[in-house]
Amino acid sequence: MTAAPAVRRRARTRAGLADRDGFLAWALLLPSVVYIVALVGVPFLLAVAFAFSDVTTGDPSFDFVGFRNFTEIFHDGVFWRALVNTLVFTGASMVLIVVFGKILANVLVADFHGKWFVRFLVLLPWTTPVALSTISWLWFLDSIYSPVDWVLRHAGLISGNVVWLGRPWTAMGSVVAVQAWRLTPLAAVIMMAGLVAIPRDIDEAARIDGAGFWRRMFEVTIPLTLPVIAVAGLFGAIMTFTDMTVPYVLTRGGPTHSTDVLASWAYFRGIEGGDVGQGAAIALFLFPLLLAGAVAILRAVRRLEPQ
Amino acid sequence: MNTVEVKGLVKTFDGHVRARRRRRGDAVRALDGVDLAAEPGEYLVLLGPSGCGKTTLLRTIAGLEQPTEGEVLIGGNVVNGLPPRVRQIAMVFQSYALYPHKTVRDNIVFPLRAERMDKAERAEKARWAAELLEIEPLLRRKPRQLSGGERQRVALARALVRDPAVFLLDEPLSNLDAKMRATARDELKRFQERVGTTTIYVTHDQAEAMGLGDRIAVLEHGRVRQAGTPQEVYDDPADTFVATFIGSPPMNLVKRGDRLVGFRPEHLLPAEVVPAGRRVTMPLSVERMEYLSGDRHVYGTVTGLGEDTRVIARLPATVVTPIAAGETHAFAVEAERLRFFDAAEGVRAEPETIGGAR
Amino acid sequence: MTAAAGPARRGAREVERLRRHYALRHVAARCGVYGAAVLAALVCALPFLWSLVSAFKQNQDLYDPDSNPFFFNKPATPDHVTFLFTDTPFLTFVANTLIVGALVVVITLLLALPAAYSLARLDRPWGTPMGIGIFMVYLVPPSLLFLSLTRVVVWLHLEDSLWSMIVVYPTITVPVSVWLLIGFLRAVPKDVEEQAMVDGYSRLGAFLRAVLPLVFPGIVAVVVFSFTLTASEFVYALAFVSASPQMVVSTGVPTQLVRGDVFFWQSLQAATVITAVPIAFLFNLFLDRFVTGFTMGAVKT
Repeated sequence: MTAAPAVRRRARTRAGLADRDGFLAWALLLPSVVYIVALVGVPFLLAVAFAFSDVTTGDPSFDFVGFRNFTEIFHDGVFWRALVNTLVFTGASMVLIVVFGKILANVLVADFHGKWFVRFLVLLPWTTPVALSTISWLWFLDSIYSPVDWVLRHAGLISGNVVWLGRPWTAMGSVVAVQAWRLTPLAAVIMMAGLVAIPRDIDEAARIDGAGFWRRMFEVTIPLTLPVIAVAGLFGAIMTFTDMTVPYVLTRGGPTHSTDVLASWAYFRGIEGGDVGQGAAIALFLFPLLLAGAVAILRAVRRLEPQ
Repeated sequence: MNTVEVKGLVKTFDGHVRARRRRRGDAVRALDGVDLAAEPGEYLVLLGPSGCGKTTLLRTIAGLEQPTEGEVLIGGNVVNGLPPRVRQIAMVFQSYALYPHKTVRDNIVFPLRAERMDKAERAEKARWAAELLEIEPLLRRKPRQLSGGERQRVALARALVRDPAVFLLDEPLSNLDAKMRATARDELKRFQERVGTTTIYVTHDQAEAMGLGDRIAVLEHGRVRQAGTPQEVYDDPADTFVATFIGSPPMNLVKRGDRLVGFRPEHLLPAEVVPAGRRVTMPLSVERMEYLSGDRHVYGTVTGLGEDTRVIARLPATVVTPIAAGETHAFAVEAERLRFFDAAEGVRAEPETIGGAR
Repeated sequence: MTAAAGPARRGAREVERLRRHYALRHVAARCGVYGAAVLAALVCALPFLWSLVSAFKQNQDLYDPDSNPFFFNKPATPDHVTFLFTDTPFLTFVANTLIVGALVVVITLLLALPAAYSLARLDRPWGTPMGIGIFMVYLVPPSLLFLSLTRVVVWLHLEDSLWSMIVVYPTITVPVSVWLLIGFLRAVPKDVEEQAMVDGYSRLGAFLRAVLPLVFPGIVAVVVFSFTLTASEFVYALAFVSASPQMVVSTGVPTQLVRGDVFFWQSLQAATVITAVPIAFLFNLFLDRFVTGFTMGAVKT
């Protein structure tokens, strides 16, 4: 008889905190939330505060200066140049990423021998650290020794070197091409996820119904994977919009700011130029457009839910 | 001329890129020499347990799979290598595979657009099919707004408008709940009688097969075990597999020398209700009874016929002989109801006279 | 269109002609698939092939505008690759990358696994908005935060230290890992943990002992993915660390193998290939899992 209360007591302790879903839900989530608030939320507010301050690398004391930083960057032609460049860079890259990503995804879901090796090669541009692959491109687009120019010269298409990174338009073209090259595999992987999720029956029903490859592609596959395609495109757009690595390594924003984007300009101003306040004000301009992109992604994801 | 015929069909799944990791010896022979023909207007049911190759056979006829060996003939012409769309077949998938982003109307006209039929004709055909299947009010809906039965009818309409030489149906009732299934089965049968198109129907459900088929082909391990009318496969099973796969409860098999003696549970009756003279009597020690919708299922062991074997007897409500668990009762089967199989091979053997016939 | 009349209503000769036609088309389609695969592989990997060839070239070969960039016009030399390992801090960068990567992965799992379980299974009314909130964090880019984070890092006295990256990188990896893990966790049947709870484990015990082993493949995929993200990160690494012994590959190679205007081209190319191949290899091993994880997370969040 003495055993019964002991069992009951033991059962009560064991039905403690580890069993209460409401407590557990918070306890398990809290570390992540605290961490994110501390290292994303606080820095974000700090960035907003910096944008209204005169903080510099040399003089970190905080003084509120109102909209002075914004007025200054508005009067700086380079800012507007960078804004336009960012939009061109993002728009052009996104189109290329979606089109080539779609083609690549279709290739990668097909059945063929050596698929594993092809997939490995296709993944290289994305999995390689951006800075390194961009350095390689720096050589391929070199003004004198560029292998690209060598090929074009020997094909008789050009007589002298193009000097890709030395002229505004070819420099922008190069930056866009490298960015699209490195993000296309990611878009392809995302779109593969969409293609794999199409029920096999539906594709086969379309084949039985007499639809050929193109009709199946445009009337069945693409409409069914549209949300995934949108997600892939928006991911590409956001990653391009906020990225400075490719312009930073490839052209350093040059020639004469023709490839400066908001992110790289913020870096040059904020870190290399030491004017943290102005850098923060420039970077802050990324935010509203980013928010719009994020909302668009979420809407696309919503549509992924089974109807 | 047969509408659909397959000759010596073999399908192995080892040449595929996806199955490359599988060792060579493990090649799966999904179809292992199938010969089968469907006559014009016939309702042919492919019946077998899961993994017997029935769906592979259907998909090979459709052109979704290419046979490893053998030929598929449609209308007397070999169609190996032709893609599904030129085979003039229509298929209804287990999931119905309606295009979720298209309305019912667009689903139905999709095959016609692929044929480049002009718009007016397309609309006319769709209206005709919708009327036939009584789905006109649904034409503007999307598939997700339909019930299971309505989806099935849309899938049938989509198959119908192609004016196919043969309908291929892959377990179209398995996604419906039990109550819907009976109605849908009846609808399917009436539909086929109305349009008169040759139909090949895959199922693992013997009740569906018996109810729908003009003929049933029973498959196991990629081979056709028997093809015949529902009555033939039930009354005269070609081998022990068919004997035990069809019928619920299955045929009783009693080993006797190098033979197996088979008899259906409903033919094993108390000796006194079986006409004397042509009956084979055997004592049954009764172990357990079940009452199922008026019938009595008697579980027990027969002795004296061959080896002692557990069997089931199904006594209709009209047999009122009192039987209780624990007692031994004389049971009998009419001699002509007995089927004989080779004990080693399982195939049908010559009938023999059992001495006990009195 | 020929499809209007099927084989059932056609002459044997015409069907025979059709079969030949489609046999040819089948061959053409296979050729098309292989052609497309080879082309895709070339477009993506050609620069790396170029890098590989360049890495072993002699200076006179490389720095000659007329020499063929695809072949060795002078005998190949391993000197520049040896130089990379002996005379540059490349190996230090690699070691730093591995240390940072490993610790970031550990922190990521410790934070993301419980969070994902909480969001995926312990259905709270705030589960969905919270999941969306965490996903949004993934979209907040380093370029927006690096200025203020640099100040934070200075305040914490972590500048020019590996710890600056170890502390900050999980801001990038945690949100996407939570997203992926939610997908993997939802794929585990609820019955499994309910069975464990009936068998006498607490909710937490059921998670640790019954659910975690089942999502192990997903965890491995998340590890690989987080490591890839960490190894590729550039902006924070550039802003936080300027002392060469504390640099990682992604910043060390572009800054330390370029002395002013002098680029050690062959060594740079070698460094790129050496870094690229193992990461892509690892990633490819888990690609399928990553793809399914992405769909599961995407479909259900």
